[in-house]
Parts: sequence; C-alpha cells; structure tokens
Amino acid sequence: MPSPHVLDATDLAAERDGRCLFSALSLQVASGDVLRVEGANGAGKTTLLRILAGLDQDYTGDIAWPAAAAAARPWREDVLFLGHLAGVKGSLTAAENLAWLTALRGRPGNGSVRDALQRIGLAGYEDVPVSSLSAGQKRRVALARLFLERAPVWILDEPFTAIDRQGVAALEAALAAHARAGGCVIVTTHHALAIPARSLSLAGAERAA
Amino acid sequence: MSAFAAVLRRDLALAWRSRADLVNPLGFFVLVVSLFPLGMSPDPALLARIGPGLVWVAALLAVLLSLENLFRGDREDGALEQVMMSPAPLPLLVLARVLAHVLSTGLPLAVTTPLLALMLHVEGDAFLALVAGITLGVPVLCLVGAIGAALTTGLPRGGVLVALIVLPLYVPVLVFGAGAAHAAGLGLPFAGQLAILGALLALSFALAPFAIAGALRISVSQ
Repeated sequence: MPSPHVLDATDLAAERDGRCLFSALSLQVASGDVLRVEGANGAGKTTLLRILAGLDQDYTGDIAWPAAAAAARPWREDVLFLGHLAGVKGSLTAAENLAWLTALRGRPGNGSVRDALQRIGLAGYEDVPVSSLSAGQKRRVALARLFLERAPVWILDEPFTAIDRQGVAALEAALAAHARAGGCVIVTTHHALAIPARSLSLAGAERAA
Repeated sequence: MSAFAAVLRRDLALAWRSRADLVNPLGFFVLVVSLFPLGMSPDPALLARIGPGLVWVAALLAVLLSLENLFRGDREDGALEQVMMSPAPLPLLVLARVLAHVLSTGLPLAVTTPLLALMLHVEGDAFLALVAGITLGVPVLCLVGAIGAALTTGLPRGGVLVALIVLPLYVPVLVFGAGAAHAAGLGLPFAGQLAILGALLALSFALAPFAIAGALRISVSQ
C-alpha cells in the first residue's frame, strides 16, 4: 500500500538577509505530480528547492518523506537534485562524470551511460572532456542523470537553462513520462511548461519589519 | 561502499589530470629544504642537527599550501551538492576525498623525505625517526587541515584563514614529529613520540571526517 504522499512539507518559513522569502508554506507532493514553483527573481524558488533537498538547513518547519519512511529507506535515495550548478567536472569525460554521479546513489543505474547520453542528445560525446563542451551540452550531461538514475523524486532548479528548443521539448516529455510512471517532479523554470503541472506561486519578497 | 570507491577513484583521476597542480606542494617542499644548506652553511654537523626540524616545517607548510583548493572546486561546480545528496554517510565520502589527497599530495612528500634527509646528512636512527614520523604525520596534517579547508570553502579567499585555523592544531604534530627525530639524533629513545604520532593519526582518522562533514554542511548551506 503506497503512502499517499511522497513529500510532506508543513509550515515552512525561510528568511534571508532580513527578507522573509516565504512563511507558513505547506506543500504535498504525491506520486504522479509535477509541481512547478513560480515566482519572480529573488522570490525564493532556489532556496525552497534547496531546503526540500536538505542542502539548506536555515529554515523553520517540517519536511517529511512518508513514502521513503514507509519503505524504511533513507529519503536521499529517492531524490535526484539538479541545481543551478551542474555538478559535472570539467576535466572528466561525460561518461566518467555520469559513472561517479550514479555510483554516489549507491545503487545501480537504469541502463547504460551510453543510452542515457544518447537519449539526451549527446551520442558520441562519451569520451569528450566536459570542459570542451558548450554550456548547453554541459547541462545535458547533468540532465542525462534523469535517464540513468532510479530516483522517484526529481528536484530540478531551472533545468532548461541553456538548452535549445528541441531539447526543452524532449525534456518536458521526459518529465511527463516520469510523472506518468509514478514519479514526481518539483521544478522551477521561466519557460512556459507545455505539460500539465500544478503550480505553486511564491508571492515574493516582503520586507520584514 | 561503492560511493566511497567512486569518490576515491574520481579524485585520483582528477588529480592525475591536473598533475601540474600536484607538483606545486612537492616542488615547494624540495625547494625550501634544498635552499637552506645554500643559505646557511653546508656544514654536515649543523645540517644533521637542524635537518629534521627543517624537513618537518617544510612538509607542514607544503600540506598547508595544498589545502585551499581541497573542496573549493567541488563547491564551485556543484559536485559538493551532489556528494551531499548521496544516501551514503557524508563523513565516509569526505574521508575518501581526503584519502585521495593524502595519496596524491601527502605520499609524494613522504616518498621524497628520505632523499632530502640524506641530503641534509640526517643518518642512522634520526633518519628512521624522521621518515617514520613524516609518514605518520602527513596524513594527520591532511585530515586536520581538511577541517579548516571545509570551514573556509564558502569564503572567496580562505588561504590565510585556513592557516590560522589549523596551525594551532598542527603544533602537536610538529612537536612530536620533529622531537622524535631530534631525540633519535641524540641517541635517546624515540618510540614514544612516534607512538603519539600514531595515536594522533588514529584520532584524526576517526574524528576528522565528522568535523569535515559538519563544516561542509555549513559551507554549502550558505
């Protein structure tokens, strides 16, 4: 019996440099959801995503992972986080980068590195050092992890940055397919998302008194 | 465990691909030690007396020099975030990172030490005590130094700050390390000092990863 929610955050509040980014924010993400976090620049989208991913501990409120807790496994196993920084090393090749990033998850990947690179449109770039790729290609190397790693929850911060139009369409299809397969996606983007998504709007910066 | 191996393998590959950076601490170590006889006096008796202390100070500074970029690259390209997102325990993963640093930076220093010791006419028991001491001590310097490097990773330039944070912690290593070689040179027993260095190694091996992991969490959180 799967738990109703994958992620259950209640009463989150965060403040940066005296500005209240959000408060009393509650959100639930269930299997099959695509949640789009919206807001102006500086509204706290990245902060929210980093808090959910456990990278930022400067907040109040509770974050629970009922599905992972029910299966008695660490929630980090369930989460694939892709931030502004791609996390790929310039002097390693695309294949080496993906190999070590997958090994960090502690469980075998989903298919081969070659397949993942092919699906993201980088076939033939396996053995090219990432430093000699373009910004968009670098981003794609990081995004290839979406096809490679078996994590039900994707937390993606501006995943479409520097990606061309066909690439964006392919990625949107991948997000939708992931949601249909029972995964869930939390995403921030300034692109118009062509797939059905719930949206969560961060009202933006209010000056704290 | 596979995550541990992945980090170790990646870091060794990265170190190998930027070999030029690896030469820096080693070059510094060799240069400092070999300039002293030129600057002071080539007198064998004098060199044998100051040699062990000289090698120790140079090794300590060489390690310090190599620390600043220990976690900086990983933080700047986001690899550190991915390491933190791993379900594997963070102290284990940072231990792999520091181990790779010991192998790529510390080991060359330890391997060069016998040559430099001979060059400085450090012979007999003092030679043994110096080589054994450096071999035990350099990993301690790396582990303890990594705590300082982790704390200052979030700052734009942490070089001097790292030195200020870790130098007080380096002093016991220096005192017992150079003390062992000095005692051996005088024909006194030196096993005690080496045992203390071994104890410091065990202690830093067991505790430093937790301190490094905690410091990195703070650095990434900002």
